[in-house]
Order: sequence, then C-alpha cells, then structure tokens
Amino acid sequence: MAASTDSLPRFAARKNALAVIYEWLGTADHKKIGLMYIVYALVFLVVMGVEAVLMRIQLAHANSSFLSPEVFNRLFTLHGTTGVFFVGMPILFGFGNYLVPLMIGARDMAYPRLNAFSFWMTAFGGLLLYASFFAGNSVAQAGIAPDVGWFAYAPLTATAFSPGHSTDYWNLALLVAGVGSISGGVNFIATILGLRCPGMTLSRMPLLVWMNLVMGGLVLVTISPLTAAQLMLLADRYLGAHFFDPQAGGSVVMWMHFFWIFGHPEVYVLIIPCFAFISEIVPVFSRKAIFGYPAMVAATTSIGFVSLGVWAHHLFTIGMPSYGNAFFVLTTMVVAVPTGIKIFNWLATMWGGRIRFATPMLFAVGFLFQFLIGGLTGIMLATAPFDWQLANSYFVVAHFHYVIVGGILFSIFAAFYYWFPKMTGRLLNETLGKWNFWILLVGFHLTFDTMYVPGLLGMPRRIYTYEAGRGWESWNLITSIGVIFQGVAVLIFVYNMVWSYLRGPLAGNDPWDAWTLEWATTSPPPEYNFAQTPAVRSRRPLWDIKHPEDPDSKYE
Amino acid sequence: MSATEANIPLGEAAWELPSRGKVGMGSLIVAESAIFTIFVVAYIFYIGKSLSGPTPREVLRVPIVGTICLLSSSFTMHWAIAALRKGRSGAFRAFWFLTFLLGAIFIGGTAIEWHHLIYQENFTIQTNLFGTTYYSLVGLHASHVIVGLIGLAVIMILAVLGKIRPEHTERCEVFSLYWHFVDAVWVVVFTTVYIVGR
Ligand SMILES: [Cu+2]
Repeated sequence: MAASTDSLPRFAARKNALAVIYEWLGTADHKKIGLMYIVYALVFLVVMGVEAVLMRIQLAHANSSFLSPEVFNRLFTLHGTTGVFFVGMPILFGFGNYLVPLMIGARDMAYPRLNAFSFWMTAFGGLLLYASFFAGNSVAQAGIAPDVGWFAYAPLTATAFSPGHSTDYWNLALLVAGVGSISGGVNFIATILGLRCPGMTLSRMPLLVWMNLVMGGLVLVTISPLTAAQLMLLADRYLGAHFFDPQAGGSVVMWMHFFWIFGHPEVYVLIIPCFAFISEIVPVFSRKAIFGYPAMVAATTSIGFVSLGVWAHHLFTIGMPSYGNAFFVLTTMVVAVPTGIKIFNWLATMWGGRIRFATPMLFAVGFLFQFLIGGLTGIMLATAPFDWQLANSYFVVAHFHYVIVGGILFSIFAAFYYWFPKMTGRLLNETLGKWNFWILLVGFHLTFDTMYVPGLLGMPRRIYTYEAGRGWESWNLITSIGVIFQGVAVLIFVYNMVWSYLRGPLAGNDPWDAWTLEWATTSPPPEYNFAQTPAVRSRRPLWDIKHPEDPDSKYE
Repeated sequence: MSATEANIPLGEAAWELPSRGKVGMGSLIVAESAIFTIFVVAYIFYIGKSLSGPTPREVLRVPIVGTICLLSSSFTMHWAIAALRKGRSGAFRAFWFLTFLLGAIFIGGTAIEWHHLIYQENFTIQTNLFGTTYYSLVGLHASHVIVGLIGLAVIMILAVLGKIRPEHTERCEVFSLYWHFVDAVWVVVFTTVYIVGR
C-alpha cells in the first residue's frame, strides 16, 4: 500500500459516487439498512399512490372509461400488495432497525449480515413483483401484472383461471419478501432479548422496543402461514398438486383461512410499531412520563395473542356454523379492550401535561382520533350480521383505509418528523410540516369519511365503474378530490425532506428534550452508536442525567 | 461531544442476557413450527377427501427403521455436544459422524419409499389429494433434514480439520437445537401421516 497517512484525507474527499453506492450496497450497519428500508418504502409509497390516483380518476364519475377493467384489476392488486408488503412492512422495519439498537444502547442488531439479507430479500421481492410488467404474461398478452387481488383467492389463482405467469410473480415476490420479513423478525427478537445495555431490564425498555419485540414475535407466527400457503399454491401451479383445486376435492375456503390466518395478524404487525411511535412521541411532547407503562406492555402483548384468533371474521359471508360466527365475533371484539386501554393511556399521558404541538405531536393526535374511528368501524364490521350486509362493500375499504392511512400513515409521518433530526442531523421545517399535516388531514377526511357512504349505499369494492343514478356519484367525486389534497401533502413532505436535509437547522443531539437513549448520541449517530456502552437505571435514562436531583430511578 | 453523551455511566459488571444464538434459533423454530402447522392442518383436513385412489392404507409402508434412526440421532447429537464441552474431541467427532449417518439413513429410507411409490405404485403429487398432501408434508420435512445434514457435514469437515474446539460448544449447541426440532417435527409428521392418516 503506497497510501501514506497524510494522503488519506484527500483520498476520502475523492470518494466518488460509485464508492458511496458500493458502501451502501455492502453495508451491514443497522442504521444504513434502516435508512435503505425507509427510502425503498418511500419509493413504493409513491408508486402505490400513483396507482391509487389512477383508480380514483377512473371512479370519480359514473360510466368512466379512463381505465380498462383489466388494468383496473391489476392496479388494485398491485396497490394492495405493494402497500402491505413493500411500503408498510419495510418502512416500519426500517424505523425499527434504525431505532431499536440505539434505544437499547447496542452497537448493532444481533445478526448484522442477516439484517442485510432481510433487506435485500424484501427489496428483491418488490422488484420481482413489478418485473411482471415486463416479463409476466397472460392468455394472449405479454407484460401483464398480477390481477388476482391482494388476497389472491382460489380458484382464481389456479392455472385454468390465471394462465401465464403473472400470478406466479405475485406468489414468488411475496414468498421472497416473506423470507426477508421472517429473518427480520428473528433478528429483532434476538437483538432485543440479547443485546440490551447494562441495567436495561425488560421493565425498563422503552415502549418502542417492547412493541417491536411483540411485532417480531407476531411476524414469526403470521408471515409463516402465508409462506406455507404460498408454497402450496406454488405446488398447485407448478407441480400439479390439488390443494386449492375443487375438481380434485380441494377446498378454496382453505386458502381463505390460511390467507387470513396471515392477513389479520398482519394488520397488527403494521399497527403495533405505529403504537410504538405514538408511545414515544406523546410523552415527550406532553412533558410527562407515559401513563400506565405496565398496562401498555400487557395490552400490546395481549393484542398480539388475541389477534391470532380472529381471522375468520373475514369469512362471515362464506358461511360458518353459528358457534363459529359467535366465536370470531367475540374474539374480534375482545381486541377492542386492550386497544382501548392504549388509547386511554395515551390520553391520560396528555392529560395535565404541558403539550407542545410541534408537527410530530400534531400527527400523533391525528392518529389518535382517526385510529379510534377506524377501530370503531372495525367493531361494526366485526358484528356478523352487519358484515353480511357490508362485506365486500366500500364500507370495508373505507374502514381499513381509515386505519392504514389515518392511523398507520399518520403515525409514520409523526415518526419522520420526530426522528428525521436524529437520522440526518437536521430538523424538518416546522411551517412546511404544519402545512403537510393540515392539508393531509383535509385530504384524508375528504377521501375516507365520504368513502363509507357509498359502501352503506351498496357500492361493492373492486368494481371498475358504476352506473349513474345510484346516489354514488357525488360521494365518489369528493373521495377522488380528496386524493388531490393528499398528493399535495405528500409533495410538501418530499420537498420538506429534501430542503431540510440540505438547508434545515442543525438538530443537535437532543432537539426535543427527550428521554430515551437514541438522543444521547450525536445526530446522526456515529457508526459505533455509543462511544461507551451506556448503563441505565430507569425507563428514562436521559431524564436521570438531566435531573440528577430527582431521577426516575428513585421511583421505580 | 455533548454533556449528555459524556454523562452516561459505564456498564455494570454483573449483567447477564440470554444468548442471542439460542434466542435467534428459538425464534426460527417458532416460525418453522407455524409453517409445519399449516401443512399438518391441510393434511388432516384432507384425510379421506380424495376423489380417487390410492388410499394411504393401500400404498404407505411405515418407515420404522428410518424413524428409529432419526430419533436416536437426537441422542447421539446430545452426546456429541456433551463430549465437545468436556474437550473430548475424538468422542465429539465420533458421535457427530454417527448423527450424520443416522440422518442420512433416514433420508435414504425416504428416497427408497418415494421411489417405490412413484415407480411401482404410480402414485405422485398429482394423483389425488392424498398424494398432494403426503408429498408436500413429508417433502417439507425431508428438505429440513437435508438442510440439517448439510449443516452436520460442514461442522464435521471443520471438526476433522481440527477447527472445532470446546469454545465453539455454544454454536454447535445452537445448531443442535435445529436438529432436535427437525426430529420433533418428525414425531408429528409420523403421527399424522402413518397413524392418524392411515
Ligand atoms: Cu381482520
């Protein structure tokens, strides 16, 4: 090696774009992987957003011919599949990856290379799904995306009804991404149980870490059934097996069961990390410790367990014996109890606090109200007779978008505004943040409040157009107009991120005067996270340091 | 360099955490169990639902030898780890090899069984629901045995090269968890396919 020490800085300065790309592609650092997850998910968020815009243009008025029925089928399939597997999961895994090791005072995840593997499997899955545009084929055409819906009910996925390879792209993409998710879940659990810094007992872990632990456990028992069912589908399509083939005595209802054994807890895989964001943000911006920490942990764990036993509420209309209906109505309603406990705990944390309505808190409060309404309409749908009337209607679409957009997306925005300074070293612009929030709020309510009504009026989901004169037109038009607002809000957010990354005010280590360990290190943190392994004596280690006269550790 | 960073106290001495290897393997086993559960449920649900023959009773022969071999391989694996912990590398290698051998006999038995079914009985995954569920469940388990055999072989080669020392006990132990799991799953698969389903 000819390079002497004095030539090193020049060498570093000349580090070209290729070297940077190489560094990121080959990294096993949890922060870089976390950021890659997040950026990857944001790209797909835009993709699924464009798909939604196209569908809303088509549905804005009756008898529209903007999209063909075939294209509409592909769009809603890709929109749903992308949203769950390539936006929701990666973005939450990304935040978890970035934050969990920092919050437990660790150097990295338990298995850094497995972590990189998880990310690249997920990334490959997404690319595979969209490669179908170029390589998938169907009866007569080449270049066809999957069009079987995100839950890909049998027998529509059988080779007789889905010839060509578009369905295989759906199947293989999710199989690959599923392997990535399962290994990610393993990594979260091993990290959280095995790498906590001294003093961080389970009862002192930040709630975000607790909830990511539950999420990791849920991933193990949730994604795997889907993987199993997809292996069966693969055998059906490629080896001529008969799992979901009614002509050989196979049962299509079995696919429904297997899919929803995955599908329902999957909702909690997505929402529990969002509970985690809210549980960190609400206390900091209310200037109070979280109310009812043990109750929050217990509620999260019990949601995890109960959510495993509710899947058949997606099958009320398929027909079940009455005791089956009663069981799944009851278990579904039971989920509302721990969820209610959480909402009350967040409210109680805010109660009497000195609340600062910075942008993260605005989004957190938005989350609280919208998630509550989304949850309540969920309870309505959990009532079997109500569901018989409204399953497969736009009421259902409105319900789960209320939870996904109003709950999950809002809390993800809260998380961005809260942790962006830690990740980049610069604060996001507050004025733009408030515009972002209010415009998104208006757009969200225009779109999804009105979407319930055509559902109640009988509009089925997944139709590519509808006749005039059924009373659905104006509601659908308003729904579509709301999308414009949401699009503008997302553009403001993107602009804010780019602008703030380049010009935003420097954040310092701890811009929010927060209490968890990630704020103890620099922003962005060095590769090794902490120069010394921290030790903690309470749930709020930074409070203890800032208030040595009155540390939390005295009361725990 | 902030005040907060400097103020974080150093770690305390007595701080024990679960081994991340065991936790990781345990988590993987949970996920794998979920996959097997779905396949077993499908198997049980489809018992007797085939629209055409053959039935399990007509074609299945109970793999007694293979089962005995696979189950005893858990014991030899356990003894191998115990020997490694005590630093008796000769005994470790012997038991490890025996484990591999027993696993290989099991998979060989499956191969012979499948060959018989496919070529003598004309019974494949396409034949009926029984064929579909039988080959996928037994095949899923067999693929896990093969993965285990590959792992066993890799460690065996390292052991022959003298690279496995007592300080690697924990890593071998983590691997052994996987092998024990594959054995335990066989008990379930055997019960489902050859006792309940037959
Ligand atoms: Cu559900």
